[in-house]
Amino acid sequence: MRSELRPLSAVPFWICALLAVTLGLQFAWRLTRPAVQESAELPPPPRHGALRLASFAEEPAAARLAMLYLQSYDYRAGNRTSYQKLDYERLTGWLDAIQALDPRSDYPLFSAARIYAENPDAARSRRMLEYVYQAFFDDPARRWPALAHAAIVAKHRLKDLPLALRYARAVERHATGSDVPLWAKQMEIFILEDMDELEAARAMIASLLESGRIHDPAEIRFLRDRLRELAARQARGKPPSDSRQPR
Amino acid sequence: MPTANLVRLVLLEARRGALPWLAIAAVALSLCLAVFLSQVALTESRALQAAIVAAVLRACAVFLVAAHVAASVLREIDDKGLELMLSLPLARSAQYAGRFFGFAACAVAIALFFALPLLVWVPAPAVAYWAVSLALEATLMAAATLFFAMSLGQLLPAIAASAGFYLLARTMASIQAIAAGPHRDESLADRFARWAVDAVALLFPRLDSVTRTEWLLYGAPAPSAYAAAVGGLVLYALLLVAAGLFDFHRRGA
Repeated sequence: MRSELRPLSAVPFWICALLAVTLGLQFAWRLTRPAVQESAELPPPPRHGALRLASFAEEPAAARLAMLYLQSYDYRAGNRTSYQKLDYERLTGWLDAIQALDPRSDYPLFSAARIYAENPDAARSRRMLEYVYQAFFDDPARRWPALAHAAIVAKHRLKDLPLALRYARAVERHATGSDVPLWAKQMEIFILEDMDELEAARAMIASLLESGRIHDPAEIRFLRDRLRELAARQARGKPPSDSRQPR
Repeated sequence: MPTANLVRLVLLEARRGALPWLAIAAVALSLCLAVFLSQVALTESRALQAAIVAAVLRACAVFLVAAHVAASVLREIDDKGLELMLSLPLARSAQYAGRFFGFAACAVAIALFFALPLLVWVPAPAVAYWAVSLALEATLMAAATLFFAMSLGQLLPAIAASAGFYLLARTMASIQAIAAGPHRDESLADRFARWAVDAVALLFPRLDSVTRTEWLLYGAPAPSAYAAAVGGLVLYALLLVAAGLFDFHRRGA
């Protein structure tokens, strides 16, 4: 095909000039138009049906691309923490729509618990934590890590121990799979300790040991040590009655 | 034997054309896109890569097969090659079947080639499920495009019809779900619209339930569900071949 081409000199000069000028104008036009609108607000969340239709039956890929799209709003103002200014009602709507598109994806709840919930604005943080809590019950076996992190955020960032206890209790009671680690099952105990609810923490450990859900000898040993430690703390605090003695 | 010769000619044309290079370019493009997107992912980066590569390669496989079939058939029609073939003492069924099997072989080869990159992220059994399903899906699209190209006789209408058919087949379940959604009213027009959507859906294969990315990310499907999904593909491909044979036998020489 190359040999069939005529030499460059066969092209009139004005066509070469037009090509060069239009190409230059195209570059200039693109350079003057930013690829991303910096002040763009998060649009209202799409309806689940519309999002599913737009995915052309590729829900897992579409869900992850939608998460990347949502994530891009964090960087709109050239500021890595600009998610703090997002409309959290819309944000949870988006996360909900994406989670519905691929319920087995961890991405929406991971982002909700680890990024959007860690907002210095307590109201926004609570709104996101509540979203994680509600979403947890749809699939506790898969979604417990997000709620466990939510409990940590509630405890350390919001300093709201009753809220942290509520989340930890949900993890302990509903995430009963064998792959749920000890620390997640024990979060309730630690929060009770922090709330100075030592008796409740002891009862919790005792019931965990008696439930037969703990099989690992190291875990059982750890929990028994913990039980003794709590009893010692109680003994230091006030004279223990017979019922408070460690088993 | 004439059928086998036609299959060989179709494969030879595909090998000498741009199809292999376009297939390689599609794999390269999908890998670049996956690597780029995984750089900005906060979690599930391997799942993201597998999902993006699978989705892009699935679309590319279908597009490449459909475009190749349409271009090949219509070039043959425009060059009067088809007229020459029809004047030979060869059964029309054998001629049509030869072309179909040749294009189906191209579809299977592309599907298997496109499955290879997924082995980087996904265990082989799950990739095998996906690859077989993609091979059948691409074969179905080869049959559909062959039918449209033979009956419409022009490149643009043939490709437009194939693309419309494919997109509707993949979205029809979503359209039905929207039509039956909770926000509908019970007026006569609404009931007629839902009935019309359900009636149109009967004409299309369930392409939304095959070649699922979930099989790659969350494990292989239940054997019964998988058999039903790919069985539907085989049935519809046979329907398209029968329709194509019907049209081809009525075609004037």
